[in-house]
Amino acid sequence: MRITVTVDGTKYSDDVEPRQLLVHYLRERLGKVGTVVGCDTSNCGACTVHLDGHSVKSCSVLAVQADGSEVTTIEGLARDGQLHPVQQAFHDNHALQCGFCTPGMIMQSIDLLADDPDPDETAVREGLEGNLCRCTGYQNIVRAVRDAAAKMSGGAGPEAERVGESQQVAGGGN
Amino acid sequence: MTATIEPEVGRARLRKEDARLIAGRTRWTDNLTLPGLLHMAIMRSPLAHARITRVDVSSARQLPGVIAVFTGADLADEQGSLPCAWPITEDMLSPNAPSIAVDQVNFAGEAVAVVVARSAYEAADAIEAIDIDYEDLPVVLDMEAAVADGADLVHADLGTNKSATWVFDSAEAGTGSEVEEAIAGAEVLIERTYRQQRLIPAFMEPRSVMVDPTGEQFTLWSATQIPHILRIMLAMTLSVPEHKVRVIAPDVGGGFGGKLQVTPEEVLTFLVARRLGKPVKYTESRSESILAAHHGRDQLQKLTLSARRDGTVTGLKVELLADMGAYLRLVGPGVPILGAFMFNSIYKFPAYRFVCTNVFTNKTPTDAYRGAGRPEATFAIERLMDELAAELDLDPVAVRERNWIRHEEFPFTTVAGLTYDSGNYEAATARAKELFAYDALRAEQAQRRERGDTVQLGIGTSTFTEMCGLAPSRVLGALAYSAGGWEHAAIRMLPTGKVEVVTGSSPHGQGHETAWSQIVADQLGVPFEDVEVLHGDTQSSHKGMDTYGSRSLTVGAIAVVQAADKVKAKAAKVAAHMLEAAESDVEFAAGAFRVRGAGADATSVSIQDVALAVFAAHDLPEGVEPNLDSEATFDPENFSFPHGTHLCAVEVDTETGRVRIREYVAVDDVGRVVNPLIVEGQVHGGLAQGIAQALFEEAVHDESGTLTTGTLADYLVPSAADLPNFTTDRTETPATSNPLGVKGVGEAGTIASTPAVVNAVVDAVRHLGVSDVQMPCTPLRVWRAIHTGQTDAGGLGGEAGGGLGSMGGTQ
Repeated sequence: MRITVTVDGTKYSDDVEPRQLLVHYLRERLGKVGTVVGCDTSNCGACTVHLDGHSVKSCSVLAVQADGSEVTTIEGLARDGQLHPVQQAFHDNHALQCGFCTPGMIMQSIDLLADDPDPDETAVREGLEGNLCRCTGYQNIVRAVRDAAAKMSGGAGPEAERVGESQQVAGGGN
Repeated sequence: MTATIEPEVGRARLRKEDARLIAGRTRWTDNLTLPGLLHMAIMRSPLAHARITRVDVSSARQLPGVIAVFTGADLADEQGSLPCAWPITEDMLSPNAPSIAVDQVNFAGEAVAVVVARSAYEAADAIEAIDIDYEDLPVVLDMEAAVADGADLVHADLGTNKSATWVFDSAEAGTGSEVEEAIAGAEVLIERTYRQQRLIPAFMEPRSVMVDPTGEQFTLWSATQIPHILRIMLAMTLSVPEHKVRVIAPDVGGGFGGKLQVTPEEVLTFLVARRLGKPVKYTESRSESILAAHHGRDQLQKLTLSARRDGTVTGLKVELLADMGAYLRLVGPGVPILGAFMFNSIYKFPAYRFVCTNVFTNKTPTDAYRGAGRPEATFAIERLMDELAAELDLDPVAVRERNWIRHEEFPFTTVAGLTYDSGNYEAATARAKELFAYDALRAEQAQRRERGDTVQLGIGTSTFTEMCGLAPSRVLGALAYSAGGWEHAAIRMLPTGKVEVVTGSSPHGQGHETAWSQIVADQLGVPFEDVEVLHGDTQSSHKGMDTYGSRSLTVGAIAVVQAADKVKAKAAKVAAHMLEAAESDVEFAAGAFRVRGAGADATSVSIQDVALAVFAAHDLPEGVEPNLDSEATFDPENFSFPHGTHLCAVEVDTETGRVRIREYVAVDDVGRVVNPLIVEGQVHGGLAQGIAQALFEEAVHDESGTLTTGTLADYLVPSAADLPNFTTDRTETPATSNPLGVKGVGEAGTIASTPAVVNAVVDAVRHLGVSDVQMPCTPLRVWRAIHTGQTDAGGLGGEAGGGLGSMGGTQ
């Protein structure tokens, strides 16, 4: 099946097997290996990307379902050499150790902030429930998300993420 | 160059490692590819114990994209036996451990066939087309049944399910008195049996291995904690010359002991790539990882503690059964032995006896998991101290204080024969009680009990220590471990003054690049940014013993310090020559050499100046080699003994059995701290894993030996919503066993936290007649303990996993 997908601002047109998972399309066909696979039951969230601005577990989406859509991965967040504020906050708050869950955790955090720009601790914890981390005990991840929330003025979400003429930086950069 | 003024060691430096990881610029093994790369998939036995009677791979071989299919019979002659490096006794029984089963399977998940195909999808398709017939054998699952007379056998040729029995007795060792005498004369006896449930390390990056056989050397990339040990073991297991093997651990996504292994998957990928002459990659699915990567814990602990009525302990007897699973893996037999020295913990027991029998069952092999032997021991003793306090109606902290080693008594040689170099249990406990508001919570607990609230409050204490920094080679030798425990480092001074540090430690999330840079910046007076840390490739980091047992900082970083000392000693000769002074008149401070006493404005030569002069080599003193590069190998005299006091308050809903952690305070003493941010992160993560053992996680098998917690839906790795906010702090009692004064931190949180939580759960409902709840303390078990008095899991396979999959209907 032929699909056309815009990933991190670049348009790709490819023949794919109908059964191919989006995460495998991203990793194996496009070389977007920043997005990783951590489980096979959609519990861990390591493969989280944005599909038309909303977070999805890309192990639970077929590549063909992404036809005509825009996908943003961890590799497409930085703008003009500037990290996304959530990426920066993960660094600033030591919110990662081995870093394997980090791409999915960051993508989910951005989605969470799009829904709730000023989440309290409980809201962050519940909003990240579908993303597992084995290293950090989550405390610094929660801290990072709340730190990013405080620093982001314009919010997150589909509008902020679209790579359009304005080259808008989600949250205004940092 | 401007030298650093403020010391780097002690600064909360943000990590160098992060820049790539937060941007997705990663080098996980599964990210890597090679021209013509083939993909391997593994067919695994669905049965726990069976003879293989027929294997038909003919259909699989016909499928599109399939290059080859191999069975056990195809690889039997060259697979050797997976190594076990820890024969704990001379008469230890160790079965042959194939990477792929040839005629019999001994645990569900054991490899029985492999497919190599052009794509991973095609390889997976071909697995479905393989047809294997089995003839069931009796399944051995329960450890007590396995060691009973007439038990069915996992390995018939061994004639028993007992692998080895290891004994430590203080009377025999001369480190204490006779424990049976202490028990016979006891005023109080606390006798308990505790169960350390089976756990799954559940590192986030599934294991992956890629082998390239097309070069002069075989190159093997693996998601491993132990590239150096793996190289040696591959050479010894597969009769391939060591110098023809290069192992690379690229970015590795967590380990927790779970990647401290020479795996069947690594051996099989190697064999298949060698056979085909093509690069081959294997990446496990999460389900395979949970099923077949080694498990941890799984002990049955029979404990007897004797004491006087004033709370003074007089003796401790420990009788363990430890489940090895179906085979002995790399260090599996030694895991419970690491605990042998820790049951007495921080307390002054006059008499101690430890007996452990390692047992075979038809389950996934066990091996190291964060803490490895020490969490089990710490759980037992800290639960017993709470039970003793309850028996005598004393405050649990007071009972501990009566028995612990006082700070002025260090160094202290324990009844288990270890010498603890330093510690201050009083200080850590005082700080923890202060942060916890201990007295106020006790008062609230009393009020709730009096009112008969449905939600009761419990307080759990854990005053732990541990032995880590797994090292002293002579001690490891005395324990019959096959290797030493030294670590290697090298420092290369580049002509432009930049520094490369080569370390034999092999990070997989700990932050070595940052911490080692801080240490070297101080040692050589160079900027933090100018240090590059090289690791995890046996070609560039040619010598090492890798990362586990909280050993990197206390062993590996000390080697770095010693290498830096050698660099400075070499540089001093050149600098003195450049300053036209005698070497004995030159001093080094803040990155520069000066004539001693000449004042701050006097001519100086920076270490970078020296590096360039040595590179040019135009004018070196007579007999001086044009090279500042230096290496060092450090083998410490002793272990490192971090300690701390953890206090946990839980609320237990007596109507539903639900446990909620209300407050968790951890005050750890890990000696001097290189980077407080990293230390705090290690503690947080450790706490999460220890709490997970107490409340959530358990690998459960049904009566046929099938793992029923085979996915992350059933094996409950906690999410952010399951864990509380932790309050952490430190006291700082420097280690005297190394020049940095540092102690290990990687395992401390996991070791300390499990008993703190379970003690709190029991404390909350003890007045309702509960004296134990088996881990994990699920709502069902807690409710049952309160309402029926039953504390256990209801027998083998009697209770499905505690995870979401099994609780979905009731939540």
